[in-house]
This record gives sequence, C-alpha cells and structure tokens, in this order.
Amino acid sequence: MRALANVDLRIDAGEFVAIMGPSGSGKSTVMNIIGALDTPTSGTFLFEGVDMTALSRNQLALVRRSFLGFVFQGFNLLARTPAIENVELPLVYRGMVAAERRAIASKALARVGLAGREQHTSSELSGGQQQRVAIARAIVTDPAVLLADEPTGNLDTATSREIMDLVTSLNVDQGITVVMVTHENDIAAYARRIVRFVDGRIESDVANTRAA
Amino acid sequence: MFFEQLRLALQAIMRNRLRSLLTVLGIVIGVGAVIAMVTIGNGTTARVTADLARLGSNVLFVSPGQFGPGRASADAKPFTLRDVDAMRSQLASVKAVAPLSQKSQTIVYGAQSRTVSISGTDNAYFVAQAWALQQGRFYYDSEVRGGLPVCIIGQTVRKELFGSSDPISRRIRIGSIACETIGVLEAKGQSSFGSDQDDTVVMPIRTFQRRIAGNVDVGRIQVSANDGADTGLVQADIERLLRERRRISIGEEDDFSVRDMKQVAQAQTGTTSMLTGLLGAVAAVSLLVGGIGIMNIMLVSVTERTREIGIRLAIGALEHQVLTQFLVEAVVLSLFGGALGIAVGLALAAAATSALEVPLLIDLKIVILAFAFSAIVGIVFGYFPARRAARLNPIEALRHE
Repeated sequence: MRALANVDLRIDAGEFVAIMGPSGSGKSTVMNIIGALDTPTSGTFLFEGVDMTALSRNQLALVRRSFLGFVFQGFNLLARTPAIENVELPLVYRGMVAAERRAIASKALARVGLAGREQHTSSELSGGQQQRVAIARAIVTDPAVLLADEPTGNLDTATSREIMDLVTSLNVDQGITVVMVTHENDIAAYARRIVRFVDGRIESDVANTRAA
Repeated sequence: MFFEQLRLALQAIMRNRLRSLLTVLGIVIGVGAVIAMVTIGNGTTARVTADLARLGSNVLFVSPGQFGPGRASADAKPFTLRDVDAMRSQLASVKAVAPLSQKSQTIVYGAQSRTVSISGTDNAYFVAQAWALQQGRFYYDSEVRGGLPVCIIGQTVRKELFGSSDPISRRIRIGSIACETIGVLEAKGQSSFGSDQDDTVVMPIRTFQRRIAGNVDVGRIQVSANDGADTGLVQADIERLLRERRRISIGEEDDFSVRDMKQVAQAQTGTTSMLTGLLGAVAAVSLLVGGIGIMNIMLVSVTERTREIGIRLAIGALEHQVLTQFLVEAVVLSLFGGALGIAVGLALAAAATSALEVPLLIDLKIVILAFAFSAIVGIVFGYFPARRAARLNPIEALRHE
C-alpha cells in the first residue's frame, strides 16, 4: 500500500503552508518526509538543494537538529521536567554549556509569553501553556522551518487562536517557514497557502488571500 | 554533555528507587561475596602467619599413619610412652618432646557442666606450646610418673566453671575421676583452625591413659627443636629413629608422619583456597545474574520511555547520544550496586573477622577491582538495551503510547 503517489510539492523559504486532508490522505507521511523523520521509498526530497533520500539516519538527525523545529498535537514535553529544561534539551544535544543555553532558553520562553514559568513542569501548565513550551523548544535553535502537526488538536478554540497568532508571528516577524498539518478549516485559514491531500495525492494547492 | 548524561541517569534511577535497588541486588551479592571472602581470607592468612611466627617454625608434629588419599591412619600402630622416652634420650637439638593424647569429654563442677577437650601430656607440652601459667603450678614429676588426678585448666574452663571464685585445689569431675585443679593457663585465644584453645583441661598422660582412654597409647608427639636448629635434620632423625623402633624395613613406607608447622598451615590453606574457589564461583554466577537483571530492567526502561526517546530523536539527539544516555544509566546502576556490594562485603568481613578474632585487612586493590568489574558488567549488559533505544524509529516512537 502506498501512502503517497505522484506528489509534487515545492515550498519556498518564508512560506506558511497548511496541509489538509482526511485521515489516511497521506498528509502525515508528507510531514514525516519534510521533517527528515522518514524518506520516500521512491522519488526524491530536496532540502536546500540536498537530496535527503541519500542521507543516513545520523545525517537526517543532523538535518533535524540544524534546520527544523517540531511542534506536535500532544505537545510531547518530557514529563516531570521543568519548562526551561524542556526548552534547553535541543541545545543540550548540541553540546552547548549550561549557562549559555539557559540564557537562550529563557529568551525563547519569554518569546512565547511564558517568562516566569521556567520551573513549572507539564502537569503545572495548561494545555495552551504546554504548547507554548513546545513551540519555545522548537524555535530555541533558530530553525529555518517549523513543522507543526495538528498544533491545536488538543486545545479549545480560544487557546487555539492564541497559539495560531504566535505561530503566525514567528512566520511573519522572524521569517520562519511554517509547514502545518491540520484538518480544521479555521486553523488552516491562518496559513497563506493551503494544500489539500486526498488518497495520497494533491487535490488542491491554493493561496489563502484572507490570511493576514 | 557527559555531565548531562550522568544527571539524566541519576534522575531516571531515583525515579524508580525500589526497582533500581532490586535490579542491582545480584551485583550487590556478587561484589559483597568477593569483598567479604577476600577480606576474611586475608585476615585468616595473616592470623596463621602470626601464629606460625609465634610458635616458631621449629615445632614438629609426629602422628601415626600417613595423611593423604587412600591411607587409613587408623590402621597404623599408635605410639607409646616408650617412643617418647626414646626420642627424648636419642634426639639431638631438641628442646622438648611432648606426648599428646586428646579426647572430648564432659566435665562437671558443682552445678556447671561443659564438654571440653581433655589433653593428656606432661610439662614438656607447655614448653613446646610456649604456654605460661597465670596461676598455680605445673606437674610434679611424681604426679606425672604416678598418673595422679591433677589438672591444669584453660581460661574458658576457669571462667565457665568457677566464675570469679578461686579454682586452685577444687576438684573437677571428669568421667570417673575427680581431678584436682593445680594450675590455670594464660589465655591463648582461638587457634588458627577456629577452635577455642582455652576451652581445655590438661592432665598427666598416664592419668589420661588409665582413666580416660583406657589404653597405653600416645595420640601424637610434639617435638620442639632448639632455636636455630635445622628442623629438616631433626625431622630426618625422628624418621630414622621411629623406623627403627617400628621395625620398618628398607623400601617400605613410613607408617607415621612428621610434619612441621608450615606443612600443617599449608594443609589448612588448601582448605581455605577450596572454599575461596567455591565462593568465587558463587560470586561469578551472581554477577552474571545481576548483569542479566540490569539488562532486563534497562529493556523495560527503554520500552517505557519509547515516547521520550522519540522526542529526543526528533529534536536532534543523535543515535550515539541516546546510546550513551542509556549506557551511562546502566553503568551508574551497576556502579551503585558495586558500591553497595563493597559496603555490604566490608560490613560482613568486619563482623566475621571480629567473631573469628582475626585482623580486618582491607585490600584496596580488590575493592577497586570489584568496582571496576561492576562497571564492566554495566557496559556489557547495558549495551544491548541502549542500542535498541538508539535504533528506535522516531516516528513510531513518537506514536507510542
């Protein structure tokens, strides 16, 4: 069974793309390929002109840590770990010294509006706050691309709006390319381009003129 | 980075304190056994060496029969007092020749009774043993020749039977005789064989033969050579004399044996080394089991933390970083077990050495070796689970509930 067939997609730097489609449409597979978590069985995926299908697991991990930031539906924060340490984690794996990464992580937390919550663990934060911590973790390494997989899937409408405003501002103010999977129209409406998948192929690919 | 890994490992271990403790139990037992065994062994060896130095290497033990496999010493003709007299008159360079027959028997004084080792000998025994009196006197020649019921007792017997009262001139009932106490020996403590040397009653050999054993045998003969004398020569002299007296023709084997303290100690060391080997095997097995325990719990841990591993891989952890994290955790766990084992082993050794009255000698080399060995166990048995964690597919790991 193929998850994708004949998909031809080009995303430029600075874009804000929403990928939509029913479950099983192949949108998650696309995300995994763009996120350097998976490689296509045939065809190519070029990132900054480099063929990712030729890379080893370790090289893919290096691409992830250097260029990509991930935000998940379920937040995926480390349990019983303070917010600041969650945000520091990508920097830990880059071998940054403690004082430096603490400063950078604090700045990232402040950027997502969580200054003063550094020591709170996941269980002490609301869903929206947890997603903010996750976003701070994703942008702490200054990634070129932010990949968001149903970032508001576990949040109520008001909180979803706040998170989407934050994501939009990261795209607009900091020029981070955003690729977001969602199945909600009002969330996709924040993107400037909407790609719809059905049965493993692209059904439509349109600019969203209503977006801010 | 390494410091981070260490901190992560400690966190993971502290999160499951009871589980971690149970996991390392095998290592604790293995390392503990090695440490205890080596420490006790060292103490015992030191004790035997000290005993040898005190007794001098110039003491020879002459026993009927041969020792060794397939040789029944019970068949050999026992010595008699005439053998002792002959040795006394014919051996050169000899300080003391003491006959010694022993039997375990119950003794009674007043309401107190006690089973002790009864020795039949004469004054030469105290010379050979370098054993002084604390109070009273040795035997008169007339008492030895006539086989009179007079006893010299050890410190344990004095304490248990007489308490704080004066034992001199009191009569102890030993089987059918009432033996008058004429002397009390100085405390000697435990022998290197583990028995209490002070739990004894010594009487003239003839008294022992007639009243206790009911024969004219001498169990063995203890010969103390002069200081500086060649014990090898004395040993040869004894062998020649006894072969002649026992009419052993040329080419025939001795039906008695002459051993010096060194040989006796060697026989004992042989027993100890067998015991050491046995304990070593137990230690090896429990280290193996301990290692498997660590591997098992690390596999459980990897499964439990699949999602966490997925997160780490997604946000930029490299394979080798995840591998190190779990490896460090396994090693910290096993080192923790090793440290605990060292503590337990030393505590056991301290208790055992004080009970055996041997010195507590801690061998730092063995302690370090045990610690290093537990680290190796951690690496060997932690590698497989760690590799499994590092090779996880991040997508599947993130999907894992």
